[in-house]
Amino acid sequence: MIEVRDLKRSFGTHCVLDGVSFRIDAGEAVVIMGRSGGGKSVLLKHLVGLLSPDAGEVLVDGRNIANLGERQMLEVRSKFGVLFQGAALFDSLTVAENVGFALSRSGKCTPAEVANRVAEMLDMVELPGIQDKKPAELSGGMRKRVGLARAIVHRPAIVLYDEPTTGLDPVVSDSIDQLILRVCEQMKVTSIVVTHDMRSARRIGKRILYLRDRRIYLDAPTEAVFASTDPAVHRFVNGISIPKEITF
Amino acid sequence: MTMSGTPAKWFIRTVADLGGFTLLAAEVLRSLVSVRPSFRDLVYQLYFIGVKSQSVVLITGAFTGMVLCAQAFFQFQKVKMETGTLALVGVSMSSELGPVLTGLMVAGRVGAAMAAELGTMRVTEQVDALRTLATHPVDYLVVPRFLATLIAMPLLTIEAIAVGIGSAYVVGVHFLGIDAAYSWAHMLKYVGKSDIAMGMFKTLCFGMIIALVGCYKGLNCREGAEGVGHATTEAVVTASISILMSNFFLTLALRGLLE
Ligand SMILES: Nc1ncnc2c1ncn2[C@@H]1O[C@H](COP(=O)(O)OP(=O)(O)OP(=O)(O)O)[C@@H](O)[C@H]1O
Ligand SMILES: [Mg+2]
Repeated sequence: MIEVRDLKRSFGTHCVLDGVSFRIDAGEAVVIMGRSGGGKSVLLKHLVGLLSPDAGEVLVDGRNIANLGERQMLEVRSKFGVLFQGAALFDSLTVAENVGFALSRSGKCTPAEVANRVAEMLDMVELPGIQDKKPAELSGGMRKRVGLARAIVHRPAIVLYDEPTTGLDPVVSDSIDQLILRVCEQMKVTSIVVTHDMRSARRIGKRILYLRDRRIYLDAPTEAVFASTDPAVHRFVNGISIPKEITF
Repeated sequence: MTMSGTPAKWFIRTVADLGGFTLLAAEVLRSLVSVRPSFRDLVYQLYFIGVKSQSVVLITGAFTGMVLCAQAFFQFQKVKMETGTLALVGVSMSSELGPVLTGLMVAGRVGAAMAAELGTMRVTEQVDALRTLATHPVDYLVVPRFLATLIAMPLLTIEAIAVGIGSAYVVGVHFLGIDAAYSWAHMLKYVGKSDIAMGMFKTLCFGMIIALVGCYKGLNCREGAEGVGHATTEAVVTASISILMSNFFLTLALRGLLE
């Protein structure tokens, strides 16, 4: 269970989040939408304690993590899996070492078990047999999928996906959506997905949080959002910009 | 420690840097006593810091020894004390030049690489990824580099000192014609245990400075390629200046202590 209460955060004089509140129950799949640069990635980083809020609370399973020390935060973070927007693979390690990182570090698995699990995960993201490649040798979409495998390899209770399907072709996008759904439904994983892709949003999320003007503008079931008559929401889900006078 | 901005801003930033640096040092200490570092990472860092620094350290040691020998010889010749040449080279190499020059060379090579590598990891969110994988960046990134630098620095310094004295001997005896037996005997007489001890203590301090400054600058690097470049330059400048300044105070303190 994750609850955010009145979260505020600025960078210098630039206020990014100003009074964000919501609650996500265990096992739920929620989509966060919002304009580019609207603070979605910043919001996700607050949920795992990578950034700390200027004001407000972030509760993970009832515990406020807003002001925990880094070492205490590590325990909390072992519940999480995070897919970063830019994948953030460790470029000095191979794909296998990247994916198996959490398992090898925990010291609970033998190297053979780690290797098996890594192979299984790479199969799942449709990239079998690339264990020994370095991240620099992969395409952007491949990196993203390796990042996804790394995020869920240790069976976390909560997974945060920052734009999991941007930059992927439609077929792979579809399979990633399926994967996220499967992970959520079969393993009872709480899934929080940031996406601009309306098709994925419609399929993955039971609920949509629409971030606008530095706060949660709308928190509603997926169907309601897509059927919304609110002009701002309607324009966003249908991708309609307000035409501006163009001067060259 | 850049000099840009108003003096007040510069002062605030310097104080903040010192605070952050102290916190990093404390975290390293805490990690050292509570978390066992990965042996594999340590060996890799030792290879990178120790083995790959061989050429710079050898060349620095050799040429410093030779020029010191030549210069000392020309001066001593005027007062007919040529056989003191090697003693001078020995004392200054082991207590001052060996540690300081090795420190400066390693700061340029290794400190810069640490800042650039960790800085790149930070701006590409790899450090954040590490944190979400329940790994403290200090445990995984800083401690192996810190330990490897502490192990490598004394060895590199001893090597620089030995090569410096050796090449001074060759230049002095074979090219400048000083008496081999006398100068060797004088050198052994004047280079005391305290000089060696002082050199070794200094080099450990310099090793800490290099690793901590390099890692600190990298982990606190600003966004983008420019941030990484900046962090790298600052790591080298800050570490070099700190080495030169602390060397002076270490000499004063240790001379008092050892004699
Ligand atoms: N470390 C930082 N320092 C300063 N400003 C930042 C930092 N991180 C984010 N910002 C600012 O916060 C705002 C929101 O950024 P964020 O990355 O969360 O956007 P986003 O909603 O994820 O956009 P996108 O969909 O393009 O990924 C941006 O205006 C950005 O300039
Ligand atoms: Mg983003």
